[in-house]
Amino acid sequence: MTARAPVIVVAVALAAALALPLFVSNFRLFQFTQVAVYAIALLGLNILTGYNGQISLGHGAFYALGAYTTAIMIDQWSVPYPLTIVTAGILCLVVGFLFGIPALRLEGLYLALATFALALAIPQILKYFEHWTGGSQGIVLSKPNPPWGITLSPDQWLYYFTLAILVALFVLARNLLAGRTGRAIVAIRDNPIAAQAMGVNTALYKSLTFGVSAGYTGVAGALSAIVIAFVAPDAFNVFLSITFVTGIVIGGLASISGAIFGALFIQFVPNWAQDISKAAPWAIYGIFLIGFMYVMPFGIAGAIRRLAARAAHRGTAARA
Amino acid sequence: MLTRAVLSALIATLALVASATAADTPGVTATEIKIGHTNPYSGPASAYGTIGKVITAYFKKVNDEGGINGRKINFISVDDGYSPPKTVEMVRRLVEQDQVAFVFNTLGTPTNSAIHKYMNQQKVPQLFVATGATKWGDPQHFPWTMGWQPTYQAEGHIYAQYVLKNVPNAKIGILYQNDDYGKDYVKGLKDALGDNAKKIIVMEQTYEVTDPTVDSQIVNLKNSGANVFYNVTIPKFAVQAIKKAHDVGWKPLHLLNSVSSSVGVVLKPAGLEASKDIITARYLKDVTDPQWKNDAGYKDWLAFMQKYYPDGSTVDDFNVYGYTVAQGLVQVLKQCGNDLSRANIMKQAASLKDLTLPMLLPGIKVNTSATDFYPIEQEQLAKFDGERWVNFGELFDASKK
Amino acid sequence: MDIFFQQVVSGLATGGIYGSVALALVMIYQATDVVNYAQGEMAMFSTYLAWTLMNAGVPYWGAFFGTLVISFVGGVLLERVVIRPVESKPILTIVIVCIGLLVILNSVAGWIYSYIQKPFPSPFPPRPIVLGTVVFGAHDLGAIGVTLVVLAFLYVFFRFTTLGLAMRAAAQNPASSRLCGIRVGWMLAIGWGLAAMVGAVAGMMVAPVVFLDPNMMAGILIYAFASATLGGFTSPGGAVLGGLIVGVIENLVGTYVRFIGTELKLTVALAVILIVLVLKPSGLFGRAAVHRV
Repeated sequence: MTARAPVIVVAVALAAALALPLFVSNFRLFQFTQVAVYAIALLGLNILTGYNGQISLGHGAFYALGAYTTAIMIDQWSVPYPLTIVTAGILCLVVGFLFGIPALRLEGLYLALATFALALAIPQILKYFEHWTGGSQGIVLSKPNPPWGITLSPDQWLYYFTLAILVALFVLARNLLAGRTGRAIVAIRDNPIAAQAMGVNTALYKSLTFGVSAGYTGVAGALSAIVIAFVAPDAFNVFLSITFVTGIVIGGLASISGAIFGALFIQFVPNWAQDISKAAPWAIYGIFLIGFMYVMPFGIAGAIRRLAARAAHRGTAARA
Repeated sequence: MLTRAVLSALIATLALVASATAADTPGVTATEIKIGHTNPYSGPASAYGTIGKVITAYFKKVNDEGGINGRKINFISVDDGYSPPKTVEMVRRLVEQDQVAFVFNTLGTPTNSAIHKYMNQQKVPQLFVATGATKWGDPQHFPWTMGWQPTYQAEGHIYAQYVLKNVPNAKIGILYQNDDYGKDYVKGLKDALGDNAKKIIVMEQTYEVTDPTVDSQIVNLKNSGANVFYNVTIPKFAVQAIKKAHDVGWKPLHLLNSVSSSVGVVLKPAGLEASKDIITARYLKDVTDPQWKNDAGYKDWLAFMQKYYPDGSTVDDFNVYGYTVAQGLVQVLKQCGNDLSRANIMKQAASLKDLTLPMLLPGIKVNTSATDFYPIEQEQLAKFDGERWVNFGELFDASKK
Repeated sequence: MDIFFQQVVSGLATGGIYGSVALALVMIYQATDVVNYAQGEMAMFSTYLAWTLMNAGVPYWGAFFGTLVISFVGGVLLERVVIRPVESKPILTIVIVCIGLLVILNSVAGWIYSYIQKPFPSPFPPRPIVLGTVVFGAHDLGAIGVTLVVLAFLYVFFRFTTLGLAMRAAAQNPASSRLCGIRVGWMLAIGWGLAAMVGAVAGMMVAPVVFLDPNMMAGILIYAFASATLGGFTSPGGAVLGGLIVGVIENLVGTYVRFIGTELKLTVALAVILIVLVLKPSGLFGRAAVHRV
């Protein structure tokens, strides 16, 4: 189950995050805002895959759906952006839930492939509905200015805005997963038949989990459209979905903090790889991936959990 | 006393001017010019990565020969994997962190679209972008962005005009890549055909870059009864299209987009016999065309490739493209003299008069002005005679509409 | 009617390509329970090795079989060195390692050979074959033939040889197999080696059509997954048949369903897959896995 990170660690992390804009440039802040966006998307995927055991290789599709919902609403109807984020979240929740229904019939591997197929089709579909989506040219948006005359740069404002949404969604997830719902979800992952025998409505929970997971990722997509101020089909190819899966595995399955570690990895490691080798940067990235899996097969969060458990065990043993 | 006061005032003024100049010329010192660049070195568009490499090699040559007005070029090129969010991030890094003077030849339409507004808001030149889209030549709304090559739409115009003039009862079948590149070419054709477009174009077929073949599309096009084939494909698919059309016995008037008009890369593998009578419109010399074997420009290019970019392919059009656009930039920087402020760089880029570059086809010149942000607008029609491209007709000039 | 047959034939030709790669995918899955995302890149890399040999003067068939041997050894090494440390870890961990492998192979190929496409020779004559109004290439037919030969070889190997039996046992029930004295680890390694070989064949059949470049397998891998899913991941023959079906459906939809046309070809192919999966989750020819509770 979710290991409860000690309150002090969370408090320190939060304080650091709030203070960040005072120390880093606008550009770095932009990168960290992206990290926050990815973290929300990864948490969404983790709820589905890590906690509920349904492997999805197509969450890029929900990210794209969220992003385009926002982009179209702002571009065509000048809807205020916070409203678009809510809409994107709800829309993706519904679509995810609907997708979750036929997904009930699919075993692990085949579900992975079905979601993979969904991710593949997305760029083509986006290009087809050119009238709405702007086709391959994409849609250009404007970065919002801070409201109410707050004296922050747009980058700083977006950072705090995204951070606030991140904290809210993380708290929501924590509450969801810590209670009965969470136990039911994990039970379905570990032993669906036993769970059903115990009275858990597996079909409903699985579909709902799909929906919530999609909703989270949709919100992330919507935020990304605002932060980057641009959407185009090429940004939402199947590699994005694969990157998300990479993120949750590296970060740590079935872990809320894992979403943050994973997001940091997928944002910064490709850049480092490029700094290390201009000739074959992705080879370096691949080596990082494989190396991480050797050293931390349960992800960063998993490794931390083990270290913490070992430290606690040693403590009690010493006292005994 | 007075002298000292005057002297210190003078020094203070000079210091002020110097610091102001330094602030006005980010990325520029007395010894170097920092230039930013993004390219898809990885991912699905990685074939274009060689453009970044050949430009890097060319700037090394320029530096070896003393630089420009005493300054060496510090060319910072990074990978964006053809992903617009990555391009945004990388360009922001180049501008805000690396403090480059300007950004040069960034590649791709969606990628450049993603940074378009940003570059103009930050007032940083987005020079000679590597895409054939039409939207980059808009000095009124985007004074800091400038294209380079003839636009895809302009080339489409050329083919449309040719068909209208030379093919009565034309029935056009189009095969195009399902993205901005393909659609732009088709738009150019349709716009120039005007109201007749719907009547003349009998069938359109698309393909994705991830498709293995276009055989099925060719069969459909033949079946439509088209007698003109507008072939908007990248080299890999152009070869397939030419071959398959030949195999199924379809002999239309074949209009091939310049992107895939290399004799060595496309026509030879497709079959020289099958490629006979294909028409294209080019602006660069085709280095696989035997007619340039003894051309001075070609020989210089070849020598450059062998010395500075030996890993680079000597049959790849992209390596000619990069070489030429780099030369264009060097001319702009030379014209700047000692004033390398961003404003002046933009001004000089908009002041190219009849510039000839060695790998441009004879007669084609680079021209820009405060209202003309399309440096190259001329193209030459050519027909393939089984061995080489034979130029015919006048030089088409898109600016003379 | 002519165009119908022509499109079917063209569809079979491309379908043959998908099927051969799907075969390699299913092979690894059957032998090791892992879906190897790096399969396409391994095939691509093998094809580049073949190209290198041919460039060095080795005649086609010499390079062909030489590549098969090198690929086999390479596959075995990859399993033993790269996959082994995570063999017993959660499935997603292994998937990430495969993705890492994919990315490394692609990047290294691009670095060594550059990204410009290279023509690759076909052992079959280039003249097209004409049957009535239907035209197809000798290579298309030949490639399907080669795939069927490989399929037959695999069938015979798994059904009638001791090694094949041992491999099947190791995949189905590793614990019991160990008790019988089967070296399960090496069975997995040989499984990878065989799959690498099959992939190499697929690559060398595909390259003459789509041209050799580091990204050549990307698009095909997608369709190969679709084919294997359609046919069923537990059925090698199903995978090949699935490939042929996907190829034909793709072409027919692109030709006859006008409002979709060619712009949504990929989407349609995938939609077909999804529908099949919903109706028959283990694929057309696959066996539903029966688990003990």
